[in-house]
Amino acid sequence: MVWFFFIFIFIFTGKSKEAEIKRINKELANIRSKFKGDKALDGYSKKKYVCKLLFIFLLGHDIDFGHMEAVNLLSSNKYTEKQIGYLFISVLVNSNSDLIRLINNGLKNDLASRNPTYMNLALHCVANVGSREMAEAFAADIPRVLVAGDTMDSVKQSAALCLLRLNRTSPDLVPMGEWTARVVHLLNDQHLGVVTAATSLITTLAQKSPDDFKTAVSLAIARLSRIVTSASIDLQDYTYYFVAAPWLSVKLLRLLQCYPPPEDGALRGRLTECLETILNKAQEPPKSKKVQHSNAKNAVLFEAISLIIHHDSEPTLLVRACNQLGQFLQHRETNLRYLALESMCTLASSEFSHEAVKTHIETVINALKTERDVSVRQRAVDLLYAMCDRSNAKQIVAEMLSYLENADYSIREEIVLKVAILAEKYAVDYTWYVDTILNLIRLAGDYVSEEVWYRVIQIVINRDDVQGYAAKTVFEALQAPACHENLVKVGGYILGEFGNLIAGDSRSSPLVQFQLLHSKFHLCSVPTRALLLSSYIKFINLFPEVKATIQEVLRSDSQLRNADVELQQRAVEYLRLSCIASTDILATVLEEMPPFPERESSILAKLKRKKGPGVLPNIDDVRQEREKERSLNGSLDDGSDAASKTPFLAPCAPPPPSVLSAGTMTSLYPTADLLGPTAPPPSGGASLLVDVFSDSLSAVAHAPLDMSPASGPMSDDNFSRFICKNNGVLFENQLLQIGLKSEYRQNLGRIYVFFGNKTSTQFLHFTSTLNIHTKPAEATVDAGAQVQQIINIECISDFTDAPALDIHFRYGGTLQSFVVKLPVMLNKFFQPTEMVSQDFFQRWKQLGAPQQEVQKIFKAQHAMDTEVTKAKIIGFGTALLDGVDPNPTNFVGAGVIHTKNTQMYRLTLRTSRDTVSQRLSDLLSEQF
Amino acid sequence: MRFMLLFSRQGKLRLQKWYTATSERDKKKMVRELMQVVLARKPKMCSFLEWRDLKIVYKRYASLYFCCAVEEQDNELITLEVIHRFVELLDKYFGSVCELDIIFNFEKAYFILDEFLMGGEIQDTSKKSVLKAIEQADLLQEEDESPRSVLEEMGLA
Repeated sequence: MVWFFFIFIFIFTGKSKEAEIKRINKELANIRSKFKGDKALDGYSKKKYVCKLLFIFLLGHDIDFGHMEAVNLLSSNKYTEKQIGYLFISVLVNSNSDLIRLINNGLKNDLASRNPTYMNLALHCVANVGSREMAEAFAADIPRVLVAGDTMDSVKQSAALCLLRLNRTSPDLVPMGEWTARVVHLLNDQHLGVVTAATSLITTLAQKSPDDFKTAVSLAIARLSRIVTSASIDLQDYTYYFVAAPWLSVKLLRLLQCYPPPEDGALRGRLTECLETILNKAQEPPKSKKVQHSNAKNAVLFEAISLIIHHDSEPTLLVRACNQLGQFLQHRETNLRYLALESMCTLASSEFSHEAVKTHIETVINALKTERDVSVRQRAVDLLYAMCDRSNAKQIVAEMLSYLENADYSIREEIVLKVAILAEKYAVDYTWYVDTILNLIRLAGDYVSEEVWYRVIQIVINRDDVQGYAAKTVFEALQAPACHENLVKVGGYILGEFGNLIAGDSRSSPLVQFQLLHSKFHLCSVPTRALLLSSYIKFINLFPEVKATIQEVLRSDSQLRNADVELQQRAVEYLRLSCIASTDILATVLEEMPPFPERESSILAKLKRKKGPGVLPNIDDVRQEREKERSLNGSLDDGSDAASKTPFLAPCAPPPPSVLSAGTMTSLYPTADLLGPTAPPPSGGASLLVDVFSDSLSAVAHAPLDMSPASGPMSDDNFSRFICKNNGVLFENQLLQIGLKSEYRQNLGRIYVFFGNKTSTQFLHFTSTLNIHTKPAEATVDAGAQVQQIINIECISDFTDAPALDIHFRYGGTLQSFVVKLPVMLNKFFQPTEMVSQDFFQRWKQLGAPQQEVQKIFKAQHAMDTEVTKAKIIGFGTALLDGVDPNPTNFVGAGVIHTKNTQMYRLTLRTSRDTVSQRLSDLLSEQF
Repeated sequence: MRFMLLFSRQGKLRLQKWYTATSERDKKKMVRELMQVVLARKPKMCSFLEWRDLKIVYKRYASLYFCCAVEEQDNELITLEVIHRFVELLDKYFGSVCELDIIFNFEKAYFILDEFLMGGEIQDTSKKSVLKAIEQADLLQEEDESPRSVLEEMGLA
C-alpha cells in the first residue's frame, strides 16, 4: 500500500546517501506536519503515515515521533489499521512506560474481544515487546486463555509462546498454579502446532521448577515414540522433507534433557527404543537428495545424541553415538563435520565413551591440518584438548604445536593456553614440559601470556629434578640470534636461580651466561630489563668471579642514571647491596626462591575466563576443591595483609630501605605475582631478612596498593585494621580510594597517602590537610589516576586521639569533603625489644604499681589461632618473646615507645591466649 | 532464539527481529559487527559460528543473508531449517520471492515471521497453517480497503 512512496524513494535516492537523507527528511517533515495539523486524520491516512515511518526506520533512520498515532491505530476497528499499529509498536517500542499503559489498554480490549485474529495480534504484541509492565498486566490472564477449553488452536499456540516470553523476561510475575497440570496435557493435543508450542513452554518452565512438570516426561516419551517409531502415521504438513515433525522431535528431546533418565523400567525401555531408532535411521539411505532432508534428520539425531550424553548412563548408546559422529567427521558437508567435532567434545568427558572418542584422533588431527574453515579447525582444537589424556598427550601437544605455526591469529592465544595446560597436566617427564613451553615461546611468543611463563617458572622452581635441564635448555635457546622477549624473561629468571647448575661447563661459564643475557638487555622493554637486573644481582651471589663485571655494568650511566625510575633504583640498590653486604648477607638476601604453594594453575583460570564456565570438560576437580579449602583457610588474612608479608619490591618503592625487600628476586611489574591475584605466604627468606636489618622492621612491607578489594565503607572500620598493620586501604567509597603505606622508626613516622580517583572524571581543587606538618597534595586528580601525599610524623609525647585528615575536592559540579582518621596510634611508635626471661620479669615487677596495669578478659571475636595471635602481637609493634612463659598458649610481648622528649616508657604486655590484639589498643591508650 | 536478521550482500539490513529487550544502540552495534563477520565468510564455510556468547546460524539465499542468533544449547541444524522454512513461506506467499518483495512488502514479511516464530520459538511448523493465517488476514484487509487512485497515494491529489 505504500508502494509508490517506496518507489519514489528508490528512484530519487538511488544516487547518493545525501540525496536519500534529504528526501527522507523532507518526507519526515511532511508526516510531522500532517500529524500536528489541525485537520484530524482519518484512519487510512494515519495508517499510511505510520507505515511510512516504519519504512524509514527500517532503512536505518531514527524515528522519534508517531508512537501516539500508532497507539491510536490499535483501537481502530479495521484490521489492517490495527495490524500496522501493532507492527509499529512491536518494532519501535521498547519500554516507554507512558505509552505502555496506553498500549496495554488496547491489548486488554483485543484480548477480551474473543475474535481469534485480534487476540492473536494482541498476544504477538505482548510477546514482541515483553516488557515488565505488560507482564504485570497480563501474566495472570494468559494462562487462563491457554487452558480454556473453547480457545482456538491458533490462539493456544500464541498464548503458550507469549507466556514463555513473559516467563523469560519476568519469571517472578508468571504464577504457577492449577493451570500447569493442564498445560502438560497439551502434549497430548491433536494439533501438532499446539504440541510444538506447548513443548517449548514446558521446557522453559521445567528448567525453572522441574518438580512441577515431572509428569511431562512420560507424555513426552510417548509422543516422541509415536512420531519416531511408527512409520504408518501420516503427519501431513508436519512432515518436512520426509522427516516426521523434526521440530517437535527436537523440542521433545530438549524437554527430556531437563530430567534424569526415567526410573520406571518400561518408560526407560521405550525411550531407549526411540533413541536406537533415531540412530538406526541415520544409517538408512536418504529419502531425498535435498540438503533439507539430511539437515532435518540430523538435527533430530544430534539432539538425541545430546540426550544420550546428558543421561550418560547407557554405554552402548554412548558408543554408538560416538561411532555415528565418527562417520560425520569425514562427511562432505562442512556443517556436519563442525557439529560432529562439537558433540564429540562432550562425549569425550564421559567415562563410557572417552576411549571410543580417542580412536578418532587421526581424523581430528587431519581436520586440523586440512579444514579450510577456521571455525571448524577451532572445534578440532577443542576436541583434541578434550580427548587428551596421559596416553596421547605427547602426540596431541606435538600436533597442536605444529598447527600453531600457521594458525589463525584469532585463536593462537587460546591454543597456547591449551598446550601449556596439557603439557603441565600430563607431563611425566618434566624435561618434556620445559621443552614444550620453550617451543611455545619460540613459535608464538607474542601470544604467550604472563600466566604461561609464570607457570613454567613456578614449576621449575618447585621441581628439583628439572632445574638443571631447564637452565641448560634456556641457555641454549637464548643463543638464537633473535629470541622472543618472553624467552629472555624465562631465561633471565631461570639462569638467575639455577645458572650455577650449568656453570661447570666452560661453554656456559658464569661470564658466558652473563654476557649472553646482557646481549639481550638493550633490546628489551623496561619490565624485562628490571627482571634482568635482578638476575644480575643473583649472579653476583652465585658467582663471585663475575661480581666486578656486573658491578661495572650496574655502575654505567645507562643504568645508574636511567630515565626509568624503577631501573635506576634497582641499579642503585643492587650496586650498593653488592658493595656493602658481606657474602653471608648476600647469600641470605639472594637465596634461591622458596617453592611456590601448589594451587590451581593460573593458566587454567585464564582459559576459563576466556571461554566462560562449563566449557572445559577436563578440569581437575580435586585441585579446585583443594583450592577452595585453601581460600577458606586463608580468609583470615585479607589481601593487603598477605601482600605486606611478601618480599616484593613495590612499583613505586620509596628510597633505600626497600633494598631489604629485594631478598627474593621478583619482577615487580603490575602482575608480577606468579601466583595470580593473591600473594604467596611469607617465605623463609623474608623472616631471616628482618634479623639482618632488624632496625627497621616496618620497612619490609611495601605492599602494592591494591585498588580492587571491596573494603568496608566506613573509615572507622578500616581504622581498626591498621592497629596491627601499616599498609592497606584506609577509606573507600564510589569516588575515592585512600590507600596508606606507613613506616615508623623510633619516634618518627612517615606516611604515604595515596588518593586514587575511581571515577572517569577529574577531581579539581583537591586539598587534604592535617594538623601535622604535611606537604600539600596535588590540586587535581586525573580520572583513574592516583596521587601521593607524604606525611612525616614525630611523636612528641604520648597521645590518645588519632590525627584527622581533612579532604576536599570538586567532583563534577559538587564539592565533596571527607574527614578520615589517620591510623596513627601510640603503638606505632613501639620499638620491639628482645629480652630474656630474667630481664623480662625484672621489668615486669618494676611496673608493679596498680594504676600501671590494666587487665581485661573478653570473649574472642575470631577463631583462636596461635599463628594469627602471634602475627597480631608482632604487628602491634612489640617483639614476641618465646620461652618467657613456659605455657605455649600464653604470649609475651615487649616493646619500647619512643617519644621526642626522650621520656622513655618501658611497657610490657601480657596477654593470655584469649586476647586478640585489637583489644590491646584500649589497654594502651588508657595506660598513658 | 535471540534475534533474526536479514541483510543484503551490500550490508543493507532488510529485516530485524529481536526476541530479547536490547537498546537501540546495542542493536546497531551488534548488527554492524555481525554483518562484517558473516559477509567476510567464504561460500564453502560452515553455516555456524561462535560469536560473543551466542551461536550464529546463517544461510545465504540469492543476495540475502538470513542470520539467526541462538543460545549455546540450541540445535544448529534445526535453526538452519527454521530459516529455510521461513524462506519457503515467503516464497509461497510472494511467488518466488526476491529481495525487492521484502523491501516493498516489509510489513508482510514481518507478519509472516510473526505467524511462524513467536518469542523466538517456533509457533507452527506447518506451511499450510501459517499461510492460512496470513491469507485470512489478507481477506480482512481487502474487505475494509477501498481502492484509491495512484495520485492520491502519492499525496498529489
